[in-house]
Amino acid sequence: MIDTLFFYLFALMTLGGGVLTITRRSAVHSAIWLIVSLAGAAGLYLLQKAEFLFAVQIILYVGGIVLLFLFVIMLVNLDQAARERQFNRQWWLALASALGVGGLIFYFLRAGSGSLQLAAAPVPSPVLEGNTERLADVLFSQYLLPFEVASILLLVAVVGSVIMARKRV
Amino acid sequence: MTFFVITLIKAALWAAAILLSLLYLQWIERKVIAHVQLRLGPSRVGPHGLLQPLADVMKLLLKEDLTPAGAHKFLYLLAPFLAVSLALVPVVVLPFGPEVEVFGVRTALHLADLNIGVLFLLAVTSLGVYGTALAGWASNSKYALLGALRSSAQMISYELPMAIAVVAPLLLANTLSLQGLAEAQGGYYGGWIPRWNVFQLPAPQIFGCVIFLISGFAETNRVPFDLPEAENELVAGFHTEYSSLKFASFFMAEYANMITSCAFATVLFFGAWQPLWPEAKGSGYFPTLLFGLAGLVALYHGLHPARPKDRITLPVVALAFFGLAAVFLIPVVRPVLLPVFWFVLKAGSLLFTFMWVRATLPRFRYDQLMAFTWKFLFPVAMVNLLATGLLVAVYGK
Repeated sequence: MIDTLFFYLFALMTLGGGVLTITRRSAVHSAIWLIVSLAGAAGLYLLQKAEFLFAVQIILYVGGIVLLFLFVIMLVNLDQAARERQFNRQWWLALASALGVGGLIFYFLRAGSGSLQLAAAPVPSPVLEGNTERLADVLFSQYLLPFEVASILLLVAVVGSVIMARKRV
Repeated sequence: MTFFVITLIKAALWAAAILLSLLYLQWIERKVIAHVQLRLGPSRVGPHGLLQPLADVMKLLLKEDLTPAGAHKFLYLLAPFLAVSLALVPVVVLPFGPEVEVFGVRTALHLADLNIGVLFLLAVTSLGVYGTALAGWASNSKYALLGALRSSAQMISYELPMAIAVVAPLLLANTLSLQGLAEAQGGYYGGWIPRWNVFQLPAPQIFGCVIFLISGFAETNRVPFDLPEAENELVAGFHTEYSSLKFASFFMAEYANMITSCAFATVLFFGAWQPLWPEAKGSGYFPTLLFGLAGLVALYHGLHPARPKDRITLPVVALAFFGLAAVFLIPVVRPVLLPVFWFVLKAGSLLFTFMWVRATLPRFRYDQLMAFTWKFLFPVAMVNLLATGLLVAVYGK
């Protein structure tokens, strides 16, 4: 009962926050609604008993990445840009394509709804308990290669951004 | 049912304790700094200025509550609220002591033992910066905005070495629960040297501890890293436009963050509530001895007064100390009070270090501040983590 209540609350936060993120004029307001949206997603993780993902979502996304967004937004004066004439003249075209894609997804979901099934609850591991331990176990055994490849990708991105920043000096 | 009652009692006790210490921490800080600088500090309101915090609260309450023109009303109000509430939340997970039995009830001293306690603490403290950032942006003032920008940049930068310094003790303890961390640091080498993470073999966390404390100074915006409120450049930084109780909220948040930082360091590196030497060798009588000694000193100065009024006030203080010493001898409350005493003693010593540093060191320049964390603190924290990992892998725990 209370789980369902919280689910709808967090779902509302995630979706409502997402919609408001892209509709607000002021960039700072957008960033703040993005925080609400990400916090809602974190709440959904917690409802699924994925504490580790919850904490990491808060630390990395809410406490780190959006803060950097906010930082950049405050640093460059966007108020001026917001007052300029907006060049989104293809409003109707965008709406039509969004509706088209939505209809397509809806059609396929409906057509294939027979083969869809909810994932079964994970079998409790006999040795490891707790979300963090099991996540680490899977990450460092089953998915070790993708995990390391992702970290190399991030490293390349960091090195690339350092080089790009250095060239201007 | 009993669970709820006990939790309510504990919550009330810890909330009262933390709010009172917030109130008096500021008085203690002013006194400590004054004595470091050969002054007396607050001494007019009440004996030895003891009622100064109450006077300050009254003053802040009665000030006019201003909202600058052009401020974003909602965010301007939300920012101090966010700052102070997020600063007070971490008390919930701090482990003040082991499970104890008081008056026939078995309970843990802390409010909640989360299995991701460390991550929870990091998450909540990383959210605290929003209070600062939003306050600066919403007040529609250039000084506030500049202060907020500096503070955000500083907090993001110093969060990195801090988080890496936190990971090393976790490798030693192999748990994310704060209570588990505290318990993993029990025991003594050779019967005397405590197994705290600063001393624990195979990888003593001395460097990790220093890195954590330095980052703690920066995270709480304290001297020598108080760039966000550099008053000769930025008036008062991000809270320039705040007055009355909203200003007080930022003040409270700063002190609450200090307490959290010191308590977190105590849990991670100094064995939380584990006594300095074994209970069997009489560490249980240390508080009585300490308070008794303090009482004797106060009594001596009361009998040889420097000022006439000391003849009355100091014996009263001495009496209070003797009372405390006696309380620590009552067998029923000993199992509760002793762990709390050790926890508070350790966290308090670290808090004293914060004040000591504030009274001693000048402020960093902004580029020095950034270069220090990225070019020095971060690599050192990384090397410390790798060395710890290697030692733990080779020698086991």
